[in-house]
Amino acid sequence: MRYAMAIDTKKCVGCSDCVIACQTENNVPIGYCRDWIVEVTDGTYPQLEMEIRSERCNHCDNSPCVRCCPTGASHIVEGGIVLVTPNECIGCGACIASCPYDARYPHPDGHVDKCTFCVHRVEKGQQPACVGVCPTNCLYFGDLDDPKSEVSEILKTRKYKTLIPQAGTEPQLYFLI
Amino acid sequence: MANRRQFLKLSTIGIGGMTVGLGACKYIDDFTEIKNNPDELTINLTRTPTYCEVCFWKCAGWVYKTKDGHIWKIIGNDEDQHSNGRFCPRGTGGVGMYYDEDRLKTPLIRTGKRGEFKFREASWDEALDLVAENMKKISAEHGAECIALLTHGSGGKFFGDTLKAFGSTNIAAPSYAQCRGPREVAFTNTFGEGIGSPERTDIRDTKCLVLIGSHLGENMHNGQVQEMSAAIDKGATIITVDPRFSVAAGKSKYWLPIKPATDLALLLAWIHVIIYEEWYDKRYVEKYTFGFDYLKEHVRTMTPEWAYGKTTIQPDIIRKTAKEMANASPAVIIHPGRHVTWYGDDTQRLRAVAILNALLGSWGRRGGFYAPSKLSVPSYPHPEFPKPARTWRDAFPGKYNLADETLASGVCDATIPSIDRSCNFKMWIVNGTNLINTLPDTAKTLEAIDALDFIVVVDTMPMEIVSYADVVLPECTYLERYDAIRVSPHRKPAIALRMPAVEPKYNTKPAWWIAKQLAEKLGLGHFVPYDNIEEMLNWQLKEVGSSLEEMQKIGVKTYEREWDDLYFTENEDVEFFTNTGKIELYSSSFVEQGFDAMPNYTEHPQPPEGFYRLNYGRAPMHTFSRTANNANLTDLMEENVLWVNPKVASLWNLENAQPVWLINQDGIVSSFPIKVRITERIRWDSVYMVHGFGHAQKQLTRCYGKGASDTQLISNVMEDPIMGGTGMRGNFVSFLTEKPEEAIL
Repeated sequence: MRYAMAIDTKKCVGCSDCVIACQTENNVPIGYCRDWIVEVTDGTYPQLEMEIRSERCNHCDNSPCVRCCPTGASHIVEGGIVLVTPNECIGCGACIASCPYDARYPHPDGHVDKCTFCVHRVEKGQQPACVGVCPTNCLYFGDLDDPKSEVSEILKTRKYKTLIPQAGTEPQLYFLI
Repeated sequence: MANRRQFLKLSTIGIGGMTVGLGACKYIDDFTEIKNNPDELTINLTRTPTYCEVCFWKCAGWVYKTKDGHIWKIIGNDEDQHSNGRFCPRGTGGVGMYYDEDRLKTPLIRTGKRGEFKFREASWDEALDLVAENMKKISAEHGAECIALLTHGSGGKFFGDTLKAFGSTNIAAPSYAQCRGPREVAFTNTFGEGIGSPERTDIRDTKCLVLIGSHLGENMHNGQVQEMSAAIDKGATIITVDPRFSVAAGKSKYWLPIKPATDLALLLAWIHVIIYEEWYDKRYVEKYTFGFDYLKEHVRTMTPEWAYGKTTIQPDIIRKTAKEMANASPAVIIHPGRHVTWYGDDTQRLRAVAILNALLGSWGRRGGFYAPSKLSVPSYPHPEFPKPARTWRDAFPGKYNLADETLASGVCDATIPSIDRSCNFKMWIVNGTNLINTLPDTAKTLEAIDALDFIVVVDTMPMEIVSYADVVLPECTYLERYDAIRVSPHRKPAIALRMPAVEPKYNTKPAWWIAKQLAEKLGLGHFVPYDNIEEMLNWQLKEVGSSLEEMQKIGVKTYEREWDDLYFTENEDVEFFTNTGKIELYSSSFVEQGFDAMPNYTEHPQPPEGFYRLNYGRAPMHTFSRTANNANLTDLMEENVLWVNPKVASLWNLENAQPVWLINQDGIVSSFPIKVRITERIRWDSVYMVHGFGHAQKQLTRCYGKGASDTQLISNVMEDPIMGGTGMRGNFVSFLTEKPEEAIL
């Protein structure tokens, strides 16, 4: 099993619903977030192009955050989901420094926090909160090892890219372009 | 951490390149006591149905509550056609309204001057007695009809009924004359029916969507954004006309970066091309419309070349986009927009939109405009309301005859004493609308308030308007109350229930209770002949084959349409509700009222040297000023910024994130500074900001002084002579880089 997410940049309007749905679902304290919106505009008026992306942890196959964690708090569970066990985390911040995507932040309770792909929901067969709420239906989540999953199907038909592939982390967020 | 978030915060206003849309950091640890582990949250969860009150799309959803009684999250109801189970960011963050510690907490009676926010606490009995006493006094001295209700929210239904029972039908919502009124009048006088809300646009199945200044995606009216996304999936062509590179423009095959205030010229040129190239739907036009020959002659000279000089849009682009529309016909939507009070000729501009849709045969067709269906839910039986002695229209003899709702701005005008009017408004009841940030020309609003004998404000938050109240009645939030059943027009008729998820916090009360108590104190209790709202709702629901018990379990009930009439059938004979019974390309009612039967282009002033047109719009995470203090939503966006084209920035030596004050053409200075966002996404002749910021009320601790208020700078109002709409886009601003004397911060 290999969980992954595809994000359709042609549909995302950058409304931040994924951000706030994650915050409420996972009780992320106000002022912090596990996912965020990036807007890139290129060109000069009126020859302009814009890409909007909903970003979060890439749940990399080759995760520098897990390798550098001195206590084993950062670990990988079934389906390739990268997690942090709060009471094993000493808050040293090595993982934050190692992540090329800036996907981790120090939680005010003293541990590092990040996107979990809503593993507590996925285990019950539900979608991550961000996927379930997105008003533009631009997020697709599922198992890449299952050729019939929604995410596998969409990656067969659409062009996509990953972010900072040169970092060699084998990221599992696919941006449809 | 602080560094990363600081970086994110700054980069929201970054030049070109990467910009990250997230707000600043505030860790509010007492916000809720919910545990960190989501697994723990799900033990003994309960959920109750509601429909959202953060905007007026009114999505139905579920409020999830933990076993400790904390509201955990709000999720869309899958059965709901407004949301399809997916709330927008505002609805998802609606819980912030409930937890806001700045809420109004108990009834207040004014002790200082109006505007000073000096009050003493009062009991509900004392506050309502004072309101009733003043209503009776004004009724005796001037007539009950000199009392007006200004409302924008679910509570309006209940206060409206009490007011009608008392003898006044002067009930106004700023959503009409300050927002969507022109489109309703334009479409009603073309097709015999208005657009309504939710809009009857069949975006889901359209092949071509044309947005004129409408910024879906930033304007987060949920169902429409969802359907636009579905249309993108199906390969629909989007054409966006906007001087700003909006989010929708970024999704469009064609973006037409029009010179502001010239949209009508473009619309007329499109009409010209579609008629003279014979791209219109001939059978449809012949069968259903009136006045085609007049129209053809009317637009004869309005060629793309004619429009080019006005709009700066290349003639070949005008032809190409017209062809795109024609190719998609009838599955094409020239979107009527929502906030359309721009330049004072807005009804005529929207008439051009309606005419274009008629020529392309999109009204009544799949992928165009469908016929919504609405359930008829009877009112709880009550005695007939008395006929009012006069209405607001009597204050404006011969004017605004085509307006089909009360003008909030008209009520304001008719409040200012004048010798030509026999009765000026003497009292306002204001519910859920912050008139100071809603009505343009703030000086006039304040003059009207000053002239009032009495003003009552019912709200959940200490908005600016509250400070002018003689009596403040604190309403509980939508999460703490029942309201009227949501009965909305859609593809299928449906109803939705709002019930309290939690008990009202503080000494706050639901609108239905406040309005009923007031009716009783006025001796009008027989108009509200139920003991509590559950009894009333249950009676109504049983009339439509449901019950309160059932609706508490399901939240939304969808019915089948009585007739299969979502679209016209092939060659169907259709009678339109117009004078001619046809779609009026030539408007007979406009002629009757002395207006142009067909739209004419008028030149509007352009900004003088050193000034820039003030454009404003919406952000997906806020609804006007009502969400500006919501902790969850300010976390996503805590202030507005001023979009400035790089050329303009370089001329003024402006830097990103630099605070500037604005001065408008009448010398009005913004009370607060706004940070500059240098971006290619805006034309060099305009600036842009999101509406609803720059709050001057200190009691709104989270949003006080954050960003600037566009409303404050809108002192030039271009009135629509047809229906009284207040055109607000004819204001020009310049930059002040040093703090001016007039500014507060």
